[in-house]
Amino acid sequence: MTTATPTVGAGVQATTKTSRAARVRRRLNSRAATLVSIVIALLWTVPTFGLFISSFRPEDQIKTTGWWTFFTDPQFTMENYQEVLFSSSSSAGQLASYFINSLAITIPSVLFPIAFAALAAYALAWINFKGRDWLYIAIFSLQIVPLQMALVPLLKFFSTGVTIAGLQVLPAWELDGAQKFAQVWFAHTCFALPFAVYLLHNFISQLPRDLMEAARVDGATHPKIFRTIVLPLITPALAAFGIFQFLWVWNDLLVALIFAGGTKETAPLTVRLAEMAGTRGNEWQRLTSGAFVSIVVPLIVFLSLQRYFVRGLLAGSVKG
Amino acid sequence: MEFDFAEEQPKFLMLMYGLIAFVAVVGGLLLLLDVVPAWFARRRDARLLAAVTSGAPLLRRRKPREGLFALFFLLPTLLFLVVGLVVPAIRTTLLSFMDKDSTNWVGLRNYGWLFSEPSIVRVLTNTLIWVLLVPLVATAFGLIYAVLVDRARLEALAKSLIFLPMAISFVGASIIWKFVYAYRGEDQEQIGLLNQIVVSLGGAPKQWLLDSPLNTFLLIVIMVWIQAGFAMVVLSAAIKAIPADIVEAARLDGVTPWQMFWQITMPSIRPALIVVVVTISIATLKVFDIVRTATNGNYETSVIANEMYNQAFRYGQPGQGSALAVFLFILVIPIVIYQIRNLRQQREG
Repeated sequence: MTTATPTVGAGVQATTKTSRAARVRRRLNSRAATLVSIVIALLWTVPTFGLFISSFRPEDQIKTTGWWTFFTDPQFTMENYQEVLFSSSSSAGQLASYFINSLAITIPSVLFPIAFAALAAYALAWINFKGRDWLYIAIFSLQIVPLQMALVPLLKFFSTGVTIAGLQVLPAWELDGAQKFAQVWFAHTCFALPFAVYLLHNFISQLPRDLMEAARVDGATHPKIFRTIVLPLITPALAAFGIFQFLWVWNDLLVALIFAGGTKETAPLTVRLAEMAGTRGNEWQRLTSGAFVSIVVPLIVFLSLQRYFVRGLLAGSVKG
Repeated sequence: MEFDFAEEQPKFLMLMYGLIAFVAVVGGLLLLLDVVPAWFARRRDARLLAAVTSGAPLLRRRKPREGLFALFFLLPTLLFLVVGLVVPAIRTTLLSFMDKDSTNWVGLRNYGWLFSEPSIVRVLTNTLIWVLLVPLVATAFGLIYAVLVDRARLEALAKSLIFLPMAISFVGASIIWKFVYAYRGEDQEQIGLLNQIVVSLGGAPKQWLLDSPLNTFLLIVIMVWIQAGFAMVVLSAAIKAIPADIVEAARLDGVTPWQMFWQITMPSIRPALIVVVVTISIATLKVFDIVRTATNGNYETSVIANEMYNQAFRYGQPGQGSALAVFLFILVIPIVIYQIRNLRQQREG
């Protein structure tokens, strides 16, 4: 800052020379700018806010008056949450069960692709072997394959196994109940890998070459370099991808719908909520509180780790 | 209030198995890679020692086998990608040329069906509207907001407000907006914000989501609402990366904010702009959750991804579903080629 003082001084002089009209216009401009940005900010927050307020209002109130009447006639209850989470009546939501399903689906679906992609990205960046570049390009370009392309055969793979020319090569998985989580983990891991490898490769390949070579000269093997040098250095990248994948899996509907089914035993929150929105579209006391039950976890993760998330976003963002 | 925790135990057990499997696979792989080379190294040393003591000629030391390491590092990723993505994608392509039992070849019949069945043509038109509008509007909002709040007071807070919907699931966002669009009869008090505004302006309340083609646009609003935050963050970072001396020089020349935007800001952030538009376009092509939650594809709002799900998993038509999936893939390709060409130009230029 100190070295730049002369130029700043010149800048101040130049601005004082501009006419008063220009200054007035600039002020009007900035006032209009503030107004527009406030309008946009309101458009982006009021819908969520309305839902949030509503989730704490008694059922008869939600169904007969708008949420804005809360400010003139505040009535507060936690009953909606109680009911939608813990009531055993099958029409109520039973979201506590689905919440556990969401957790059980999400945690392994985040861990597996992180670990596999980190290993693969290291090999693609720092181990010399034939065809390395082609392999990287192949994995990279798999990002553009929409997951819709894989759904039908993958489901068949789980349910009937693999037969080649009438010969059973791999048996069906025959999972039931909570075991079905394994299918969902498998599917999410497959679909996440191309992007994960791409993102982590971006970070790993930019580690200083000297560091790697020094370690090699000291006689460290690849697994050792990976564990002791690379992993600690790429923690921010792992966090960035972890948040991505967490939000993606927790918020996913399509993959869960197909591979987890729709029952209380395995389906995550999103599947249950989408179903409730379809069949009980007017039960706003349940939908409002239910929506917030599903939103609260990603919101906490997001707000506490926003820094990593933004960094990951900027590092390259074409989700396959 | 009788939530039975015992009923949930199998889930935790399964989750535990999953975590054990994770530790076993990843830990096992690393251990294997650590132990096996060490064992080989020891054996080589022993042989070397034996050779030295017996006075036999020294064996030439072989170069360590890098390729084998690479194979093991890459093994899980390649396995999952081939089983879960490559082979299924090829199979889907084949299925799209087969009938609904996936036994007989039917040539291009499924693709003919895509473009002749009126309800599917409607689906394709809807998808076109989505993919034209969402990237444009979301990017515009994101850009305007990024420019407006740049260096304003409370910038971080202002940005979080727009960014927050990114953390909300499409399902959650659809419920939030369904509530905005909620309808009550004319004689009742409105509970939806949109109808309340219409009524207070003297209009009659409407069942917004039943009216085609208006309902498609109202669903598009939801997608724009989610994606604008992404556009804003990326573009805001690009704006901040514009060299300060360029901005300062322009300011000294006395350009208006308007000129500044079109002649300095826009050209500088062009690459980021393209990335944003491309990313949102691809996300929009694959949109499924919003349509499924808000209207379930009824009232002429269905889009390709939704129809693909219905055909393949609800109506038992894997052939037609696969054709839709392949068509979706084909739609993505030109967008990606455009982006790759742009990236290459940037690198050369």
